[in-house]
Amino acid sequence: MTTYHYQGHGYDHSLQALELYSRGQLLDMFYQMLRIRRVEESIESRYHEDEMKTPIHLVIGQEASAVGICSSLTNNDLVYCSHRTHGVYLAKGGDLNAMLSEFYCRANGCVGSKGGSMHLLDKKAGMAGASAIVAGVVPIATGAAFTAYFREESWVSTVFFGDAATEEGAMWESLNFAALKRLPVIYICENNYYSVCTPLASRQPAVDIYRKAESFGLNSMVVDGTNVLAVREAMTEATSLARRGKGPSFIETRAYRWRGHGGAGDDSASGYRDPEEVALWQQHCPIESFAQFLTQNSVLDPSRRQAMETRIGEEINAAFDFAIASEVPTEKDLYRYVYSE
Amino acid sequence: MPWAEALIESQSPARLLSSAGERRLSYTDALNEALVLALGLDPNVFVLGQGVNDPSAMFGVTRQLEQQFGSKRIFDTPLSDEGLTGICTGAAMTGLRPVYLHNRPDFLLLAFNQIVNHASKIHYMDNGQTTVPLVMWAAIGRGWGSGSQHSQAIQGLLLTVPGLKIVMPSDPYDAKGLMLAAIADNNPVLIFEHRWLMKQTGHVPEGLYKVPIGKGIYRRKGNDITIVGSSHTLQLAMQALDSLSDSAISAEVIDLRTIKPLDTEIIIESVRKTGRVLIVDTGWAMGGVCAEIGCLIAESCPESLRHPVRRIALPDVPAPAGYTLEQFYYPTAENIATAIIEMCN
Repeated sequence: MTTYHYQGHGYDHSLQALELYSRGQLLDMFYQMLRIRRVEESIESRYHEDEMKTPIHLVIGQEASAVGICSSLTNNDLVYCSHRTHGVYLAKGGDLNAMLSEFYCRANGCVGSKGGSMHLLDKKAGMAGASAIVAGVVPIATGAAFTAYFREESWVSTVFFGDAATEEGAMWESLNFAALKRLPVIYICENNYYSVCTPLASRQPAVDIYRKAESFGLNSMVVDGTNVLAVREAMTEATSLARRGKGPSFIETRAYRWRGHGGAGDDSASGYRDPEEVALWQQHCPIESFAQFLTQNSVLDPSRRQAMETRIGEEINAAFDFAIASEVPTEKDLYRYVYSE
Repeated sequence: MPWAEALIESQSPARLLSSAGERRLSYTDALNEALVLALGLDPNVFVLGQGVNDPSAMFGVTRQLEQQFGSKRIFDTPLSDEGLTGICTGAAMTGLRPVYLHNRPDFLLLAFNQIVNHASKIHYMDNGQTTVPLVMWAAIGRGWGSGSQHSQAIQGLLLTVPGLKIVMPSDPYDAKGLMLAAIADNNPVLIFEHRWLMKQTGHVPEGLYKVPIGKGIYRRKGNDITIVGSSHTLQLAMQALDSLSDSAISAEVIDLRTIKPLDTEIIIESVRKTGRVLIVDTGWAMGGVCAEIGCLIAESCPESLRHPVRRIALPDVPAPAGYTLEQFYYPTAENIATAIIEMCN
């Protein structure tokens, strides 16, 4: 069994970020990650009630990727996502009430109970689409970037997918076209080393994923996906290139999925990965490592942290109450929106 | 393949309905005119596909478009059928109107993930918040060795996909009007042309007009039998009836124009009148357009039938490449005429 180790350096090299970002920006990145973690934990703790009748793909352990990327974007920039949607949706500013309503199959869910957890959407926030088909959304995000290129507009399209998406042909067809036309698209490969229960080593030869993208003519990088500042720095470079017509970028973020592929809890006891591997990665928690860095540098203190926890807890409780109290769809809704008028 | 061209030409008699003084265009010129009009009208329209700017210009359909509208709006593509279909879907979701041309429908099979899993469903899955105004176009082949992988009429495979529209024109007037309707439509629309229709000429008015998607049309009115079809089989049916012009059979012919959404009203209306129906299609009989229409009649107006429903389409066999085997494979005007006589006697 191949073991996947953390290869980063924590925040050892991140001191310059204190100059680069305001306290407000640093605290906001922390707050966004903490909020995603707490939302995920709340979903997980209530999942056994069987009232959220939707598959869930928890992003616990990988929060820094969504937040590092989305904090570099504006509201006009569009984001697309594979099945592991929760973190990206929230990081891009998606509405929490509408997300939980969708999970509870309510009529006022973000897509009216027609998409479920793998198809979260909030157009006002620029969360523009998601697909449960691995790599299916990659060409779609590339097509959105084509629109920006075609109209000579300055927004960028960003797409999140897992390591296994790079085993689908449409991925490379998209990269080829994006590089050919120099489209303003940024590909985010969230490499968490497992596709459901199948480790990377069973699926790909030992060639770094970002190197493959590089060979297609993209600006390619690999970053510590537990380090929100490292992710943001890479994304800042990528968006800067894209907005100046310098073409697409590919960022591989390496972090670890603490939970199983789908559902609640860690399933490593089933034997496909070593529980010790999970424990080792949990020592590199994206949230606590950043908290430590911010605390050491006097940006965060315990009372501020506690205030954040309280605010997030209240927001989450209110959102669950909202979703549970919302109306379910009617039979008439089943037939709406098959075709557009 | 000059002989293939000659073969197609020989299969394209002049349209019966034309009268002196009408403006006449070839099928491919009608399509070209539709694209020129759409590109001129709407800056969001763009045209792509392998070979759209090469010397053969997609059978002539895209002739001179790049010169007129520039290489940003008219461009050749990598051979990435799934990827490019997804890219077109993403472009359509963000406000553009792609027209993606394929030489043959067989290559659309590579794009089923994007057509079936994405383009057709996104409007529904987004609960109406996103539209996908995407046109995909391909020309069904037949003959001259096209064989199993270059002459498939795959409309039956796609008929079951909710959210998709499927258009199958039978003459130049419709080819132009349905192309313009498809580009104006806010849904993914597949246009299946037939290679053997492309050399025919017919009346095509100047300027913009749209043929409604989802509506069939009577090509002939009669009382004894209804013949339902589209695309090239419509022409075969008309030839069959011409060969029976000395008989007393009074046949009604419905050109579906669109097979999805299917104009069920016109079919039921006609069958209620004639009591006999022969369904013809370019695709496989099993599970396809013929089967669906047969079932529609069984469910909607079985009491009207004076004769069991019959269908003429392809047997459950891949298309053979060789000339001799082809003669046994495809529907012909003679097969159709024979079936009409059997049903009406």
